Amino acid sequence: MQGLVPAATDGNMATEFHNLQELRHSASLANKVFIQRDYSEGTTCRFQTKFPSELESRIERTLFEDTVKTLNNYYAEAEKIGGQSYLEGCLACATAYLIFLCMETRYEKVLKKIAKYIQEQNEKIYAPRGLLITDPIERGMRVVSFFAV
Amino acid sequence: MKNCEYQQIDPRALSVLPSSAQNHTEKKAQRPRRKWEVFPGKNRFFCDGRIILARQNGVLPLTLSLIIVTCGLFFAFDCPFLVKHLTVFIPVIGGVLFVFVVLSLLRTSFTDPGILPRATPDEAADVEKQIDTSGSSTYRPPPRTKEILINQQVVKLKYCFTCKTFRPPRTSHCSLCDNCVERFDHHCPWVGNCVGKRNYRFFYSFIISLSFLTSFIFGCVITHITLRTQAGKTIVQAIQESPARYPFLELVVCFFSIWSILGLSGFHTYLVASNLTTNEDIKGSWSSKRGAEDSGNPYTYNSIITNCCATLCGPMPPSLIDRRGFLPHDEAIPAVSASEIELPPFTAKNDAHMEENCQDISLSCTA
Repeated sequence: MQGLVPAATDGNMATEFHNLQELRHSASLANKVFIQRDYSEGTTCRFQTKFPSELESRIERTLFEDTVKTLNNYYAEAEKIGGQSYLEGCLACATAYLIFLCMETRYEKVLKKIAKYIQEQNEKIYAPRGLLITDPIERGMRVVSFFAV
Repeated sequence: MKNCEYQQIDPRALSVLPSSAQNHTEKKAQRPRRKWEVFPGKNRFFCDGRIILARQNGVLPLTLSLIIVTCGLFFAFDCPFLVKHLTVFIPVIGGVLFVFVVLSLLRTSFTDPGILPRATPDEAADVEKQIDTSGSSTYRPPPRTKEILINQQVVKLKYCFTCKTFRPPRTSHCSLCDNCVERFDHHCPWVGNCVGKRNYRFFYSFIISLSFLTSFIFGCVITHITLRTQAGKTIVQAIQESPARYPFLELVVCFFSIWSILGLSGFHTYLVASNLTTNEDIKGSWSSKRGAEDSGNPYTYNSIITNCCATLCGPMPPSLIDRRGFLPHDEAIPAVSASEIELPPFTAKNDAHMEENCQDISLSCTA
């Protein structure tokens, strides 16, 4: 463990560090893969559809892209600014926002649909391949995480 | 962000693990805990996690009492006179405005402004890995910003050392609440909470309705005093005659608050119309003083009406922190799980490239 002390010689440290990087990389392969958010269209919720190299041996590219694109479509539907969201907003304002206490918002309805879709995908597609997806809402909408079981 | 504030994944959490195995059977007997009880930010929770407030909410009672006392005086002393001399709608309008103001204020104060939960240890390690592999084989500290394109414009994302993740665009870390808040506008002490994506519309309706309320009360008190003077008395006599000079107190409160509240309303109306936040406006993130560079606001819809509708009547996003969810039993300690014991010693290596103390590294080496 001496190589980890920063006061050690620089030459040893570089090789030690490189080996540890590889070890950590393979350790995380066994654990989790994270798909990050795609902000190219603003702050709306979208995830990157780029196929991560760690999943190459585990799942077909098309299935992965299908899943992520469907999730992106669901989120776009939830965050769509149109007639229904304006109506909801104006009604809420007129009732001094008390209506949120009794009514479920459209976003919450879509989130339930997403949860069901993810469960379905897990059962049909991912669990047979030894993977599971976590719902992004459990990770603060930052990532879609795939982990090996 | 000062580099010396960076804290790696806590190695002390590892030392908790062996004892947790023994305590596991004990924990099963304890009642299940909710997530708000272990929330890492500086917030206070009430009603079993239904209500969230900033830790320092000292001025919120002042705001509430100012509003309630002024309206109380208005209803008690001005309304009887005005109902007799003018119309019965005066207390009705006053009542409606008062209810709207108080409800908006409470809604702004008690709602989660859009707090981003902190990254789990796995995610933090993954982000660390990406930062490392994207460049430095030198010993310089890896850059903690990421540049992305939003609507063909370059935006810099900063890494948050407390939340261990790259902040989404328009997100800022509030030092008073110690949370990253989405679409962070500002931390309002009068309201006792941050104003962010989820409660901006409540805040806006609060200040607009408060402007109407103060103007309305101001107008009614002026009318009251004027009507009394028309009966042939001087202003001083009129004030002395009206019950114990209270209308004068209302006048003073309303006069001073009108300027500030109207000014604030006007400012926020401009922000809503141009789809900006107070934070961006103050920092001048999208101002045109950069000259030839194309640095307009990438989030604007280029139409005042669309901007207003999107900000105020857009869909209501859900709370991401799940305050009332139950903690899973085996994660009752918000720390690493068994499979992640490998990671902290490796992440400690990155600190060698930064200027921290050696103590952290030697601690993780002994883990």
